[in-house]
Amino acid sequence: MKFRRTAAAAAAVLSLSLTATACGSGDDDKIKIGIKFDQPGLGLKTPDGKYQGFDVDVAKYVAKELGYDEKDIEWKQAPSAERENMLSRGDVKLIVATYSITPERKEKVSFAGPYLLAHQDLLIRADDNSIKDVKDINSKKLCSVTGSTSAQNVKKDFAPDAELQRYNQYSQCLTGLENKNLDALTTDDSILAGYAAQDKHKGKFKLAGLQLSDENYGIGIKKGDKDLQTKINKALQKMIDEGAWDKAVKDNFGPANYKNEPAPQITEKG
Amino acid sequence: MFDFLEGYDLLAAFWVTVKLTVFSAIGSLIWGTLLAAMRVSPVPVMRAFGTAYVNIVRNTPLTIVIVFASLGLYQTLGISLLGGTLDDINFQLAVLALAAYTASFVCEALRSGINTVPVGQAEAARALGLNFRQVLTLVVLPQAFRAVVAPLANVLIALTKNTTVAAAIGVAEAATLMKDMIENESDAIFLVFSVFAFGFVVLTLPTGLLLGWLSKRVAVKR
Repeated sequence: MKFRRTAAAAAAVLSLSLTATACGSGDDDKIKIGIKFDQPGLGLKTPDGKYQGFDVDVAKYVAKELGYDEKDIEWKQAPSAERENMLSRGDVKLIVATYSITPERKEKVSFAGPYLLAHQDLLIRADDNSIKDVKDINSKKLCSVTGSTSAQNVKKDFAPDAELQRYNQYSQCLTGLENKNLDALTTDDSILAGYAAQDKHKGKFKLAGLQLSDENYGIGIKKGDKDLQTKINKALQKMIDEGAWDKAVKDNFGPANYKNEPAPQITEKG
Repeated sequence: MFDFLEGYDLLAAFWVTVKLTVFSAIGSLIWGTLLAAMRVSPVPVMRAFGTAYVNIVRNTPLTIVIVFASLGLYQTLGISLLGGTLDDINFQLAVLALAAYTASFVCEALRSGINTVPVGQAEAARALGLNFRQVLTLVVLPQAFRAVVAPLANVLIALTKNTTVAAAIGVAEAATLMKDMIENESDAIFLVFSVFAFGFVVLTLPTGLLLGWLSKRVAVKR
Protein backbone atom coordinates (compact mmCIF):
# COMPACT_ATOMS: atom_id res chain seq x y z
CA MET A 1 0.00 0.00 0.00
CA LYS A 2 2.69 2.35 1.08
CA PHE A 3 4.72 1.44 -1.96
CA ARG A 4 1.82 2.16 -4.29
CA ARG A 5 1.29 5.58 -2.76
CA THR A 6 4.94 6.47 -3.24
CA ALA A 7 4.84 5.23 -6.80
CA ALA A 8 1.74 7.29 -7.55
CA ALA A 9 3.36 10.37 -6.05
CA ALA A 10 6.50 9.78 -8.06
CA ALA A 11 4.48 9.37 -11.24
CA ALA A 12 2.62 12.59 -10.53
CA VAL A 13 5.84 14.50 -9.96
CA LEU A 14 7.33 13.01 -13.09
CA SER A 15 4.41 13.88 -15.30
CA LEU A 16 4.24 17.36 -13.84
CA SER A 17 7.88 18.02 -14.51
CA LEU A 18 7.51 16.61 -18.01
CA THR A 19 4.67 18.97 -18.86
CA ALA A 20 6.57 21.79 -17.21
CA THR A 21 9.58 21.28 -19.45
CA ALA A 22 7.36 20.73 -22.44
CA CYS A 23 5.77 24.16 -22.23
CA GLY A 24 8.81 25.99 -20.79
CA SER A 25 11.50 25.25 -23.32
CA GLY A 26 11.64 24.80 -27.05
CA ASP A 27 14.75 26.45 -28.38
CA ASP A 28 12.84 28.82 -30.64
CA ASP A 29 11.25 30.74 -27.77
CA LYS A 30 14.58 31.68 -26.25
CA ILE A 31 17.51 33.59 -27.60
CA LYS A 32 21.01 32.96 -26.29
CA ILE A 33 23.20 36.04 -26.18
CA GLY A 34 26.87 36.10 -25.25
CA ILE A 35 28.05 39.01 -23.09
CA LYS A 36 30.88 39.73 -20.69
CA PHE A 37 30.02 39.09 -17.04
CA ASP A 38 32.91 41.02 -15.54
CA GLN A 39 33.05 44.44 -17.17
CA PRO A 40 31.38 47.26 -15.30
CA GLY A 41 29.63 49.68 -17.63
CA LEU A 42 29.47 47.19 -20.51
CA GLY A 43 28.50 43.73 -19.41
CA LEU A 44 28.32 42.92 -15.72
CA LYS A 45 26.58 40.19 -13.78
CA THR A 46 25.71 41.65 -10.41
CA PRO A 47 25.83 39.51 -7.25
CA ASP A 48 22.03 39.33 -7.19
CA GLY A 49 21.97 37.77 -10.66
CA LYS A 50 21.03 40.81 -12.74
CA TYR A 51 22.81 41.89 -15.87
CA GLN A 52 23.67 45.49 -16.59
CA GLY A 53 25.81 47.61 -18.88
CA PHE A 54 25.83 49.16 -22.32
CA ASP A 55 26.29 45.85 -24.15
CA VAL A 56 23.38 44.43 -22.20
CA ASP A 57 21.16 47.39 -23.10
CA VAL A 58 22.03 47.06 -26.79
CA ALA A 59 21.45 43.32 -26.67
CA LYS A 60 18.06 43.78 -25.02
CA TYR A 61 17.01 46.34 -27.61
CA VAL A 62 18.11 44.20 -30.54
CA ALA A 63 16.44 41.12 -29.06
CA LYS A 64 13.22 43.07 -28.67
CA GLU A 65 13.35 44.10 -32.33
CA LEU A 66 13.98 40.48 -33.31
CA GLY A 67 10.80 39.54 -31.47
CA TYR A 68 12.11 38.29 -28.14
CA ASP A 69 10.88 39.49 -24.78
CA GLU A 70 13.42 40.39 -22.12
CA LYS A 71 12.55 37.25 -20.18
CA ASP A 72 13.26 35.11 -23.23
CA ILE A 73 16.91 36.11 -23.27
CA GLU A 74 19.35 33.56 -21.94
CA TRP A 75 22.62 35.33 -21.07
CA LYS A 76 25.82 33.40 -21.64
CA GLN A 77 29.31 34.37 -20.59
CA ALA A 78 31.54 34.94 -23.62
CA PRO A 79 35.23 35.05 -22.66
CA SER A 80 37.33 36.79 -25.32
CA ALA A 81 39.17 33.68 -26.48
CA GLU A 82 35.96 31.66 -26.78
CA ARG A 83 33.87 34.04 -28.85
CA GLU A 84 34.52 32.64 -32.34
CA ASN A 85 33.99 29.06 -31.19
CA MET A 86 30.74 29.88 -29.40
CA LEU A 87 29.31 31.39 -32.58
CA SER A 88 30.45 28.68 -34.96
CA ARG A 89 29.23 25.92 -32.64
CA GLY A 90 25.87 27.65 -32.32
CA ASP A 91 26.06 28.00 -28.52
CA VAL A 92 24.84 31.58 -28.84
CA LYS A 93 23.01 33.46 -31.53
CA LEU A 94 24.54 36.87 -30.87
CA ILE A 95 27.65 38.06 -29.12
CA VAL A 96 27.51 41.58 -27.75
CA ALA A 97 30.71 41.66 -25.73
CA THR A 98 33.12 44.50 -26.58
CA TYR A 99 33.76 42.55 -29.78
CA SER A 100 35.95 44.69 -32.07
CA ILE A 101 35.41 44.18 -35.78
CA THR A 102 38.76 43.15 -37.31
CA PRO A 103 39.63 41.61 -40.69
CA GLU A 104 41.00 38.46 -39.00
CA ARG A 105 37.84 37.89 -37.03
CA LYS A 106 35.69 38.51 -40.10
CA GLU A 107 37.23 35.42 -41.65
CA LYS A 108 35.60 33.29 -38.98
CA VAL A 109 32.42 35.15 -38.02
CA SER A 110 30.16 37.86 -39.41
CA PHE A 111 29.37 41.13 -37.70
CA ALA A 112 26.43 43.48 -37.58
CA GLY A 113 26.87 47.11 -36.64
CA PRO A 114 29.16 48.63 -35.40
CA TYR A 115 27.19 49.94 -32.46
CA LEU A 116 29.99 51.76 -30.64
CA LEU A 117 33.33 53.28 -31.55
CA ALA A 118 35.87 52.94 -28.74
CA HIS A 119 39.55 53.76 -28.58
CA GLN A 120 42.37 52.25 -26.63
CA ASP A 121 43.14 54.75 -23.91
CA LEU A 122 44.76 55.13 -20.51
CA LEU A 123 43.16 55.38 -17.11
CA ILE A 124 45.31 57.56 -14.85
CA ARG A 125 45.09 59.05 -11.37
CA ALA A 126 42.83 62.04 -11.26
CA ASP A 127 45.71 64.33 -10.19
CA ASP A 128 48.17 63.08 -12.81
CA ASN A 129 48.82 65.57 -15.61
CA SER A 130 52.03 64.09 -17.00
CA ILE A 131 50.49 62.13 -19.88
CA LYS A 132 49.36 64.40 -22.67
CA ASP A 133 50.72 62.66 -25.71
CA VAL A 134 51.56 59.19 -27.00
CA LYS A 135 55.26 60.02 -26.56
CA ASP A 136 54.78 60.42 -22.81
CA ILE A 137 53.80 56.78 -22.43
CA ASN A 138 57.22 55.30 -23.16
CA SER A 139 58.59 56.25 -19.74
CA LYS A 140 55.55 55.03 -17.83
CA LYS A 141 54.52 51.89 -16.01
CA LEU A 142 51.40 50.52 -17.67
CA CYS A 143 49.07 47.77 -16.62
CA SER A 144 46.71 45.59 -18.62
CA VAL A 145 45.29 42.10 -18.79
CA THR A 146 47.39 39.07 -19.74
CA GLY A 147 46.74 38.05 -23.33
CA SER A 148 44.59 41.05 -24.20
CA THR A 149 45.06 42.86 -27.49
CA SER A 150 45.63 46.11 -25.61
CA ALA A 151 48.59 44.64 -23.73
CA GLN A 152 50.07 43.27 -26.94
CA ASN A 153 49.60 46.61 -28.74
CA VAL A 154 51.60 48.43 -26.06
CA LYS A 155 54.66 46.24 -26.62
CA LYS A 156 54.36 46.07 -30.38
CA ASP A 157 53.22 49.52 -31.41
CA PHE A 158 53.03 52.68 -29.45
CA ALA A 159 55.19 52.24 -26.35
CA PRO A 160 57.79 49.47 -26.74
CA ASP A 161 59.94 50.96 -23.97
CA ALA A 162 57.18 51.29 -21.41
CA GLU A 163 57.14 48.80 -18.57
CA LEU A 164 54.08 46.58 -18.67
CA GLN A 165 52.45 44.86 -15.72
CA ARG A 166 49.94 42.17 -16.62
CA TYR A 167 47.26 40.75 -14.34
CA ASN A 168 44.33 38.43 -14.87
CA GLN A 169 41.77 41.15 -14.30
CA TYR A 170 41.68 44.87 -14.92
CA SER A 171 40.48 45.47 -11.38
CA GLN A 172 43.79 44.11 -10.03
CA CYS A 173 45.60 46.95 -11.81
CA LEU A 174 43.68 49.56 -9.83
CA THR A 175 45.47 48.76 -6.55
CA GLY A 176 48.89 49.63 -7.95
CA LEU A 177 47.53 52.61 -9.84
CA GLU A 178 46.05 54.04 -6.68
CA ASN A 179 49.29 53.43 -4.72
CA LYS A 180 51.43 55.03 -7.44
CA ASN A 181 53.40 51.88 -8.20
CA LEU A 182 51.78 51.91 -11.64
CA ASP A 183 51.04 54.94 -13.78
CA ALA A 184 48.21 53.86 -16.03
CA LEU A 185 45.78 51.10 -16.86
CA THR A 186 45.30 50.66 -20.58
CA THR A 187 42.50 49.14 -22.62
CA ASP A 188 39.44 50.42 -24.52
CA ASP A 189 38.12 53.72 -23.15
CA SER A 190 34.61 52.31 -22.83
CA ILE A 191 35.87 49.62 -20.45
CA LEU A 192 38.00 52.13 -18.52
CA ALA A 193 35.05 54.48 -18.18
CA GLY A 194 33.12 51.63 -16.61
CA TYR A 195 35.76 51.17 -13.90
CA ALA A 196 36.14 54.90 -13.26
CA ALA A 197 32.38 55.19 -12.89
CA GLN A 198 32.12 52.48 -10.23
CA ASP A 199 31.00 53.88 -6.89
CA LYS A 200 34.07 52.69 -5.02
CA HIS A 201 36.44 54.41 -7.47
CA LYS A 202 34.56 57.63 -8.09
CA GLY A 203 36.85 60.68 -8.26
CA LYS A 204 40.10 58.70 -8.05
CA PHE A 205 40.79 58.13 -11.73
CA LYS A 206 40.30 59.83 -15.08
CA LEU A 207 40.74 58.99 -18.75
CA ALA A 208 43.79 60.41 -20.54
CA GLY A 209 41.84 60.78 -23.78
CA LEU A 210 44.58 59.64 -26.16
CA GLN A 211 42.63 57.64 -28.75
CA LEU A 212 45.43 55.15 -29.42
CA SER A 213 43.37 52.94 -31.70
CA ASP A 214 39.92 52.61 -33.26
CA GLU A 215 37.82 49.75 -31.96
CA ASN A 216 34.50 49.32 -33.70
CA TYR A 217 32.34 47.12 -31.53
CA GLY A 218 30.09 44.89 -33.60
CA ILE A 219 27.50 42.26 -32.81
CA GLY A 220 29.00 38.89 -33.67
CA ILE A 221 26.82 36.40 -35.54
CA LYS A 222 27.37 33.12 -37.32
CA LYS A 223 29.42 33.56 -40.49
CA GLY A 224 27.32 34.38 -43.52
CA ASP A 225 23.93 34.87 -41.82
CA LYS A 226 22.92 37.85 -44.01
CA ASP A 227 19.27 37.77 -42.98
CA LEU A 228 20.05 38.14 -39.29
CA GLN A 229 22.68 40.77 -40.04
CA THR A 230 20.18 42.95 -41.90
CA LYS A 231 17.65 42.60 -39.09
CA ILE A 232 20.17 43.55 -36.41
CA ASN A 233 21.42 46.51 -38.41
CA LYS A 234 17.87 47.73 -38.74
CA ALA A 235 17.35 47.36 -35.02
CA LEU A 236 20.55 49.25 -34.25
CA GLN A 237 19.59 52.07 -36.61
CA LYS A 238 16.22 52.30 -34.93
CA MET A 239 17.84 52.37 -31.51
CA ILE A 240 20.03 55.28 -32.61
CA ASP A 241 17.18 57.18 -34.31
CA GLU A 242 14.86 56.74 -31.35
CA GLY A 243 17.39 58.15 -28.88
CA ALA A 244 17.56 54.92 -26.90
CA TRP A 245 21.22 54.64 -27.87
CA ASP A 246 22.08 58.04 -26.37
CA LYS A 247 20.22 57.16 -23.23
CA ALA A 248 22.07 53.87 -22.86
CA VAL A 249 25.41 55.63 -23.26
CA LYS A 250 24.49 58.24 -20.68
CA ASP A 251 23.16 55.67 -18.20
CA ASN A 252 26.22 53.46 -18.33
CA PHE A 253 29.18 55.76 -18.92
CA GLY A 254 27.88 59.08 -17.64
CA PRO A 255 29.59 59.35 -14.25
CA ALA A 256 33.09 58.85 -15.74
CA ASN A 257 33.10 61.99 -17.88
CA TYR A 258 33.49 59.70 -20.85
CA LYS A 259 33.33 61.70 -24.04
CA ASN A 260 31.74 59.13 -26.27
CA GLU A 261 31.88 59.24 -30.04
CA PRO A 262 28.60 59.82 -31.81
CA ALA A 263 26.79 56.67 -32.85
CA PRO A 264 28.84 55.03 -35.61
CA GLN A 265 27.65 54.52 -39.19
CA ILE A 266 26.55 50.98 -39.82
CA THR A 267 29.10 49.51 -42.21
CA GLU A 268 28.77 45.74 -41.95
CA LYS A 269 26.45 44.91 -44.80
CA GLY A 270 26.75 41.58 -46.56
CA MET B 1 49.97 23.15 -39.69
CA PHE B 2 52.26 24.85 -37.20
CA ASP B 3 52.37 28.21 -38.99
CA PHE B 4 50.45 29.75 -36.08
CA LEU B 5 53.71 29.59 -34.11
CA GLU B 6 55.25 32.29 -36.28
CA GLY B 7 56.06 35.52 -34.51
CA TYR B 8 56.04 34.00 -31.03
CA ASP B 9 59.22 33.37 -29.07
CA LEU B 10 58.34 30.01 -27.58
CA LEU B 11 61.88 29.23 -26.44
CA ALA B 12 62.26 32.53 -24.57
CA ALA B 13 59.00 31.87 -22.73
CA PHE B 14 60.00 28.35 -21.74
CA TRP B 15 63.44 29.63 -20.72
CA VAL B 16 61.73 31.91 -18.19
CA THR B 17 59.80 28.85 -16.98
CA VAL B 18 63.07 26.97 -16.52
CA LYS B 19 64.66 29.89 -14.65
CA LEU B 20 61.61 30.24 -12.41
CA THR B 21 61.77 26.52 -11.65
CA VAL B 22 65.49 26.45 -10.90
CA PHE B 23 65.56 29.52 -8.64
CA SER B 24 62.40 28.48 -6.80
CA ALA B 25 63.74 24.93 -6.40
CA ILE B 26 66.95 26.20 -4.81
CA GLY B 27 65.06 28.59 -2.57
CA SER B 28 62.51 25.99 -1.50
CA LEU B 29 65.21 23.37 -0.82
CA ILE B 30 67.05 25.73 1.55
CA TRP B 31 63.94 27.05 3.29
CA GLY B 32 62.30 23.61 3.33
CA THR B 33 65.36 22.05 4.98
CA LEU B 34 65.36 24.78 7.63
CA LEU B 35 61.65 24.19 8.24
CA ALA B 36 62.24 20.44 8.58
CA ALA B 37 65.01 21.12 11.07
CA MET B 38 62.62 23.34 13.04
CA ARG B 39 59.94 20.65 13.05
CA VAL B 40 62.26 18.07 14.62
CA SER B 41 64.14 20.48 16.86
CA PRO B 42 64.02 20.23 20.67
CA VAL B 43 62.79 23.85 20.97
CA PRO B 44 58.97 23.93 21.30
CA VAL B 45 58.59 27.44 19.82
CA MET B 46 60.45 26.41 16.66
CA ARG B 47 58.43 23.22 16.35
CA ALA B 48 55.23 25.22 16.68
CA PHE B 49 56.36 27.76 14.08
CA GLY B 50 57.36 25.01 11.63
CA THR B 51 54.08 23.21 12.04
CA ALA B 52 52.01 26.37 11.71
CA TYR B 53 53.94 27.53 8.63
CA VAL B 54 53.64 24.21 6.81
CA ASN B 55 49.96 23.79 7.57
CA ILE B 56 49.02 27.34 6.61
CA VAL B 57 51.13 27.71 3.48
CA ARG B 58 50.51 24.33 1.90
CA ASN B 59 46.76 24.76 2.37
CA THR B 60 46.68 28.20 0.75
CA PRO B 61 46.01 28.14 -3.01
CA LEU B 62 49.18 29.05 -4.91
CA THR B 63 47.35 31.66 -6.97
CA ILE B 64 46.49 33.51 -3.77
CA VAL B 65 50.10 33.31 -2.54
CA ILE B 66 51.45 34.68 -5.83
CA VAL B 67 48.84 37.38 -6.32
CA PHE B 68 49.38 38.42 -2.71
CA ALA B 69 53.12 38.71 -3.34
CA SER B 70 52.40 41.13 -6.19
CA LEU B 71 49.33 43.04 -5.01
CA GLY B 72 50.07 42.92 -1.30
CA LEU B 73 53.85 43.11 -1.00
CA TYR B 74 54.69 45.21 -4.04
CA GLN B 75 51.69 47.24 -5.17
CA THR B 76 50.41 48.06 -1.70
CA LEU B 77 53.40 47.89 0.65
CA GLY B 78 56.01 48.86 -1.96
CA ILE B 79 58.38 45.96 -1.20
CA SER B 80 60.29 45.36 -4.43
CA LEU B 81 62.98 42.88 -3.21
CA LEU B 82 66.08 43.39 -5.38
CA GLY B 83 64.35 46.04 -7.47
CA GLY B 84 64.89 46.63 -11.19
CA THR B 85 62.25 46.87 -13.89
CA LEU B 86 58.69 45.68 -13.38
CA ASP B 87 59.60 42.43 -15.13
CA ASP B 88 62.50 41.81 -12.74
CA ILE B 89 60.39 42.62 -9.70
CA ASN B 90 57.60 40.31 -10.83
CA PHE B 91 60.08 37.51 -11.46
CA GLN B 92 61.59 37.92 -8.00
CA LEU B 93 58.19 38.05 -6.34
CA ALA B 94 57.15 34.91 -8.22
CA VAL B 95 60.31 33.10 -7.09
CA LEU B 96 59.68 34.21 -3.51
CA ALA B 97 56.08 33.00 -3.59
CA LEU B 98 56.86 29.70 -5.34
CA ALA B 99 59.75 28.99 -2.96
CA ALA B 100 57.69 29.86 0.10
CA TYR B 101 54.89 27.58 -1.09
CA THR B 102 57.03 24.66 -2.29
CA ALA B 103 59.18 24.77 0.85
CA SER B 104 56.28 23.38 2.89
CA PHE B 105 56.15 20.32 0.63
CA VAL B 106 59.94 19.93 0.70
CA CYS B 107 59.79 20.13 4.49
CA GLU B 108 57.22 17.37 4.76
CA ALA B 109 59.08 15.13 2.29
CA LEU B 110 62.26 15.66 4.24
CA ARG B 111 60.57 15.00 7.58
CA SER B 112 59.37 11.65 6.27
CA GLY B 113 62.98 10.99 5.28
CA ILE B 114 64.16 11.83 8.79
CA ASN B 115 61.68 9.28 10.08
CA THR B 116 63.39 6.56 8.05
CA VAL B 117 66.63 7.06 9.97
CA PRO B 118 66.69 4.68 12.95
CA VAL B 119 66.47 6.47 16.29
CA GLY B 120 69.51 4.55 17.47
CA GLN B 121 71.69 6.51 15.09
CA ALA B 122 70.71 9.84 16.61
CA GLU B 123 71.06 8.38 20.11
CA ALA B 124 74.52 7.07 19.29
CA ALA B 125 75.50 10.46 17.90
CA ARG B 126 74.23 12.15 21.06
CA ALA B 127 76.20 9.66 23.15
CA LEU B 128 79.34 10.73 21.29
CA GLY B 129 78.71 14.26 22.53
CA LEU B 130 77.46 15.85 19.29
CA ASN B 131 75.00 18.71 19.71
CA PHE B 132 71.62 18.95 17.90
CA ARG B 133 73.03 20.79 14.88
CA GLN B 134 75.83 18.27 14.47
CA VAL B 135 73.51 15.27 14.89
CA LEU B 136 71.20 16.69 12.24
CA THR B 137 73.76 17.83 9.65
CA LEU B 138 76.34 15.04 10.06
CA VAL B 139 74.23 11.97 10.78
CA VAL B 140 70.51 12.34 10.15
CA LEU B 141 70.03 14.68 7.17
CA PRO B 142 72.55 13.01 4.83
CA GLN B 143 70.67 9.73 5.22
CA ALA B 144 67.28 11.43 5.11
CA PHE B 145 68.04 13.17 1.80
CA ARG B 146 69.09 9.89 0.21
CA ALA B 147 65.77 8.36 1.19
CA VAL B 148 63.59 11.12 -0.26
CA VAL B 149 65.05 11.74 -3.70
CA ALA B 150 61.94 10.31 -5.36
CA PRO B 151 59.41 12.34 -3.31
CA LEU B 152 61.51 15.47 -3.87
CA ALA B 153 61.46 14.72 -7.60
CA ASN B 154 57.68 14.77 -7.44
CA VAL B 155 57.79 18.11 -5.64
CA LEU B 156 60.13 19.44 -8.33
CA ILE B 157 57.83 18.27 -11.13
CA ALA B 158 54.85 19.85 -9.39
CA LEU B 159 56.88 23.05 -9.01
CA THR B 160 57.71 23.08 -12.74
CA LYS B 161 54.02 22.97 -13.57
CA ASN B 162 53.12 25.40 -10.79
CA THR B 163 55.31 28.09 -12.40
CA THR B 164 52.43 28.66 -14.84
CA VAL B 165 50.55 30.32 -11.99
CA ALA B 166 53.08 33.17 -12.22
CA ALA B 167 51.11 34.23 -15.31
CA ALA B 168 48.61 35.68 -12.81
CA ILE B 169 51.07 38.49 -12.08
CA GLY B 170 52.38 38.76 -15.63
CA VAL B 171 55.74 36.98 -15.47
CA ALA B 172 56.57 36.35 -19.13
CA GLU B 173 56.72 32.55 -18.87
CA ALA B 174 55.06 29.87 -20.95
CA ALA B 175 51.48 30.29 -19.70
CA THR B 176 51.60 34.04 -20.32
CA LEU B 177 52.63 33.45 -23.92
CA MET B 178 49.88 30.85 -24.22
CA LYS B 179 47.32 33.46 -23.22
CA ASP B 180 48.62 35.83 -25.90
CA MET B 181 48.42 33.05 -28.47
CA ILE B 182 44.90 32.01 -27.48
CA GLU B 183 43.75 35.61 -27.90
CA ASN B 184 45.26 35.85 -31.38
CA GLU B 185 44.94 32.31 -32.73
CA SER B 186 41.59 31.32 -31.35
CA ASP B 187 40.95 29.01 -34.31
CA ALA B 188 43.95 26.89 -33.37
CA ILE B 189 43.24 26.62 -29.64
CA PHE B 190 43.80 22.87 -29.44
CA LEU B 191 47.11 23.08 -31.26
CA VAL B 192 48.23 25.89 -28.97
CA PHE B 193 47.33 23.79 -25.92
CA SER B 194 49.11 20.77 -27.37
CA VAL B 195 52.30 22.70 -28.05
CA PHE B 196 52.46 23.93 -24.45
CA ALA B 197 51.51 20.56 -23.01
CA PHE B 198 54.32 19.02 -25.05
CA GLY B 199 56.70 21.70 -23.78
CA PHE B 200 55.99 20.72 -20.20
CA VAL B 201 56.37 17.02 -20.97
CA VAL B 202 59.80 17.83 -22.40
CA LEU B 203 60.70 19.66 -19.19
CA THR B 204 59.33 17.22 -16.62
CA LEU B 205 59.83 13.78 -18.14
CA PRO B 206 63.66 13.89 -18.10
CA THR B 207 63.55 15.29 -14.56
CA GLY B 208 61.46 12.33 -13.45
CA LEU B 209 63.60 9.76 -15.24
CA LEU B 210 66.90 11.20 -14.05
CA LEU B 211 65.87 11.61 -10.43
CA GLY B 212 64.15 8.21 -10.44
CA TRP B 213 67.41 6.63 -11.50
CA LEU B 214 69.31 8.68 -8.93
CA SER B 215 66.92 7.72 -6.15
CA LYS B 216 67.66 4.01 -6.78
CA ARG B 217 71.40 4.68 -6.86
CA VAL B 218 71.64 6.58 -3.59
CA ALA B 219 68.93 4.88 -1.54
CA VAL B 220 70.17 3.59 1.80
CA LYS B 221 69.52 -0.15 1.79
CA ARG B 222 68.35 -1.16 5.21
